[in-house]
Amino acid sequence: MNIEISHFIMAIVTCERDKVQSGFAPVFYTENEEESEKTAFLIAKITQGMAHNLENGVYIIVRH
Amino acid sequence: MDQFLFFFTISLIMGVLGRVYLMRVDYRQYPSYPRGVIMHLTFGIISAALGSIAIPALLAKDYAAVTFLTLAAEQFRSVRTMERENLSLIEDFELVPRGRSYIEEIAKIFEGRNYIVMLTSLTTSLMLYAFSNTYAAVMVGIIILVLLKYSMKGQRIEEIAKVRIGKVWFDGSLLCVDDVVIMNVGLKETKERILKTGIGVVLEPVDQNANITLANIGQRQAIIHDVVTQVGIKKDLDEPDFTPLARRNVNNGNVAFIFYPSIQSEEALLRAVRYAPVLESARRKPTESGAAYGKGGRR
Repeated sequence: MNIEISHFIMAIVTCERDKVQSGFAPVFYTENEEESEKTAFLIAKITQGMAHNLENGVYIIVRH
Repeated sequence: MDQFLFFFTISLIMGVLGRVYLMRVDYRQYPSYPRGVIMHLTFGIISAALGSIAIPALLAKDYAAVTFLTLAAEQFRSVRTMERENLSLIEDFELVPRGRSYIEEIAKIFEGRNYIVMLTSLTTSLMLYAFSNTYAAVMVGIIILVLLKYSMKGQRIEEIAKVRIGKVWFDGSLLCVDDVVIMNVGLKETKERILKTGIGVVLEPVDQNANITLANIGQRQAIIHDVVTQVGIKKDLDEPDFTPLARRNVNNGNVAFIFYPSIQSEEALLRAVRYAPVLESARRKPTESGAAYGKGGRR
């Protein structure tokens, strides 16, 4: 049987420290939007997840 | 006794030839060649034998032998189970899965083909007995085979929906095809690649029946799988962003698809969608309902 984590937020990436305080998923703080995008891309690749943009400076990486 | 053996042999040959005629190894490569094909031919021979034995056994007053037909039901069920298990096991390793509905549909078709083989053999041996004319019996056998084959023929998507290209665009980070939101895409690079390689397709159901049929999730997955098999896909394991998706416009029942085909041809893509099968298990006919449309319905 194939056991996988799915439908789950793997990580949160943001440069807006006050938008994300804590959570069950690891939070990665970045310096700016550009770095956020790059970090989100890398985490998505590593976890085979997908990066979503919440359009408020917060990216979440979700395994679907 | 020789006569019975003759009946049996002719009907068996008819049945086996019928199975060969029904064997289609096309772009789906299913049943897989050569091992899958050999397996199904063998199953076909057993089905034909079961159909052929009934009449000679009755004539020989060997009533116990007719109970062999009960074996047939078991035999056909095992064909269906085999197909289902086989396809379900490889499902996890398909880049674009078939979906359970499609698997069930394929299994059902394989079971059905064995029934056709058995009925062809049965009819041939019955006609051999009734007419004592081999040519007439073989002709009737062929007619039955062709009739049953065409009665099994399912619908295509083009019969229940208008298929056209939809505009792929972004509303902020939301990927849309025409007026339907497909998903949220986070990264700029991904967006650019989607705009470059993604082609949107919109299915407009022709009536209320088609509307509810296209809403079926298994049906949508079957279309996606079938299309990807034919026009390919630009996606790898670690790129869930490029998974072809289908979302429905709840107001008018339109279903919008996004594909990333290797063959970047809108015409080829549209053709592939048009020829995709309508799943028997997804078909609904609300227009026959007494509750919704005031028709006769069930009392």
